[in-house]
This record gives sequence, structure tokens and C-alpha cells, in this order.
Amino acid sequence: MTAGGDVEVVDPGPLSTVQDLGRRGWAHLGVPRAGALDRGAAALARRLVGGRPDDAVVETTVGGIVLRPRRAVTLAVTGAPCTVRVGARAVPHSAAVTVPGGAVVTVGPATTGVRSYVAFNGGIAVTPVLGSRSTDTLAWVGPPRLAAGDVLALGSTGPLPEAPAAVVVRPRDPVLRLRRGPRAEWLDDDGWRRLEGASYAVAPDSDRIGLRLTGPPILRRGGELASEGIVHGAVQLPPSGQPVVFLADHPTTGGYPVVAVVEDDDLDLCAQLRPGDEVLLRLG
Amino acid sequence: MAHVKVVDVAARACLVEVEDAVAAAALAAWVRAVGLPAEEVVPAARTVLLDGVDPVAAREALRRWATDDVTRPAPLVRLPVHYSGPDLARVADHWGCTTREVVDLHTSLEFTSAFCGFAPGFAYLAGLPLERAVPRLASPRTRVAPGSVGLADTWCGVYPTASPGGWLLIGTTDAELWDVDRARPALLAPGTRVRFEAAR
Repeated sequence: MTAGGDVEVVDPGPLSTVQDLGRRGWAHLGVPRAGALDRGAAALARRLVGGRPDDAVVETTVGGIVLRPRRAVTLAVTGAPCTVRVGARAVPHSAAVTVPGGAVVTVGPATTGVRSYVAFNGGIAVTPVLGSRSTDTLAWVGPPRLAAGDVLALGSTGPLPEAPAAVVVRPRDPVLRLRRGPRAEWLDDDGWRRLEGASYAVAPDSDRIGLRLTGPPILRRGGELASEGIVHGAVQLPPSGQPVVFLADHPTTGGYPVVAVVEDDDLDLCAQLRPGDEVLLRLG
Repeated sequence: MAHVKVVDVAARACLVEVEDAVAAAALAAWVRAVGLPAEEVVPAARTVLLDGVDPVAAREALRRWATDDVTRPAPLVRLPVHYSGPDLARVADHWGCTTREVVDLHTSLEFTSAFCGFAPGFAYLAGLPLERAVPRLASPRTRVAPGSVGLADTWCGVYPTASPGGWLLIGTTDAELWDVDRARPALLAPGTRVRFEAAR
């Protein structure tokens, strides 16, 4: 990243990326949208440090991240709960924390959920690619994943907001509400009955591209569908009958029928489901 | 009026169904030309996805899409190709002709970029006649070099970046297919007309 930057990446953990609201307007060229997967958690982090709504933040994956600011910075960690330490001292999660230059900030492994967010006052000032600072992990458009030794530059520092009285992050029920999708007719009545109230386990190969579910196979009618454009939250049903929910880095077109679409409000939950977690499907 | 069917996808997304990929590219170009507010306009093989759109406004606007609107001039890109791909002889076998005749036919056709997918800037180029359809490799190559020109089914495509791939490779071009620093990052954006030329 930048040589003369403000925050050094000491240990990026299993996968840490820079994310903002994502790239709009390039899907027709095959460019995924990307952007923070848990949009609510990222928005809270930005708000806590007085950021703009599209400021870039760091998104971690299960294992956390270790950072060392080179000057005093204000940051906030939100999303998946984890211990946050400045040096040896524990500091609160979901709160703005001012850290002196040279201190080591350890965002610990997620105790539940998957993705924690680290926002800095000023935002992360990596160079935008096609209008966004987000890393897309399908085609790797945007800045590369964070690596040890990277130094992130921060944008111009704005005034810090007054701290909110209390931040209450309620745990979400593991329920995904579905609405009928554009290819709903590929499922017969029996298929829809099997989907309603069904419990699925999150598969280990779930990632920013898709939440893969394993459970009772939902059989759809046979045949081939020509590739068509896909939206965030689309539920694709391959012949295996194991649904895939397309998340921010999904391919822009696909050839399996989209029988249902996850309600927008439930997409943040998809960002925090771990392999092995059970999730209930409900038809809206 | 051209026949289109509009299918709801989500609260702010719909799919417009048309007869083929060329019609989809034309409809996508028309949607952009008339300025219908949409975050994404994604043509594909037989549909155009309108995402981040008011479906009611979209349905209303689509009533004005007439078939004669599709004939607006599209940019033409000429791509010099070194016809030395590893599958050139295989394509000649499928077509029952010589490799020279494969080159002659490929350079005589005008292709249209119907849609992009698979990788940023990878365009599905329509224009190969049905009787020239070729199968994909039974087992895809793990790495296809950038600039490789391939055929699959009735599609032609040029790999913008190195990737795995199962298309039959007939040659390579030095043209820069994908560059995020250009105002138009994809050389072969949907709607672009494409002609291949034998490079010297």
C-alpha cells in the first residue's frame, strides 16, 4: 500500500480487506459490487469515529488483525464480537478509542460471528479503483488483501462525534426471510413446502462470494437456463438442491435458476454465519 | 413494439426477457441511452437485469422500446490476432476445413459483444453461425494466457486476464482488453462490434 502511511499492518489474520459501500455501475463488465459484507456493522464503526457513510474500513475474517498506528488515531471495532487490546490493555468493542502512535492494536479472533470491522477517523485512503476502495475477492478488482508490512494511509481527519450514550447490538435470530425470485417456477409446490421452515447448515466453503447451505435437498425441475444477471441476496439452486445465497462478491451473471431472494434486511446476518451454524429459511 | 416480458427479482430489481443476446445488448444500450435510473444494467444471454431501479418506472419506460431503436451505430473495434492457438487444428477438424480456412472465416465475420461475465472485461461475442458451433474442452486448462482468443458453442471470447478456461484457443491478441485506469475499462463492452484481423 502506501510507504508514508499512518497505520501499519502487523498481522493481517486469515483474510483482511479494505471495504467501503462497494462498486456501482460496473456489473455489465463483469465486475462484482464488493463492499462491507455486514453493512450495518461497518456503518456503525464509521459513525463511531465520525466518518462519512462511504469511508473505507477494514473487514476481518474470523481471526482478527494486528495493527500499529504510526501516529495517534481514533478507531472503532464493530461487527463480530472479539477482544480489542491496545498494547496489553483491553478496550471496549463498538466504541471509539483513541490510540497513541506506536501502540499495537490487537483485534482478537471473533468469539461468535465471522467479520469484525475497524474504522478510523478519516477513513482509509487507498486509491479507489472504478470508484470504490473495496476489494472484491472474486476477480480481485480493487486493493489487494492486506498483508503484513502494508501501511495504510488515512484520509483527512474530521471532527469526532459526541459519543453515543449507548450502542446496543442485538444478536440476530438465525433466520433468513426469502421472497420468491425470478425463477420461482422452477420449484413446484412441494419444493416450496420443503423450503419453508427448513433448517440448513452453513457449509465450510462459504465466503464473500456466497453463503453455501447444506441440508435437505430441494429438487427443482430439470433443464438449462441461459446465464442471466444476478442480484445481491439471490438464492441459486444448482442441480444438487443445496441453495447458495449470493453475497457482495458474487459473479455478475450465472446460469442456475434464482428461485428466491433473501430480504435485504437479512443480508448482514449472512456475513456473520459461521460454517456449521444452523439457519432457518422462512418464506416472506 | 418489441416484445419484452418483465419479471420481478426483488423490491428494486427486475429482469427483462428478450429473444437473444444481441437483443439484450441492444436493449441494455437503449436503457442507458434513455437514461432510465438504474444502478446496474446487465445484459446476458436472453435477459437484461435492471438492479437498483423502480420496477414500475422500468415497466413504464420499457413500453417505449421499439425494435427500430436497436439500429443505433455501435463502436467497432478491430483486433489483430496471431492465429497460432493450440486448438486451431481441432477447430478445423470440427468445421471440416483447413486451419487457413478457419482464419479466413474468423476474419470475415463481424461479431457483437453481447454481454460480459466470467471475468471483468470477458465479453461473449456473438456472430459465429450455428453450424460452426464447437464444444468446450472436456477438461479445462488450468491457465489460459491473457489475450487468448477462444471459441465455445457459437461464442467467441478473448481472455482479458490469465485464468482457467475451457474454450478452444485459436490465437492471441496483444490488445489490452481490460484496464481499470481507462475511462472505458473494457475494450469489448456490451454492444461493441468486433472484427478480427490476421496480425503480420
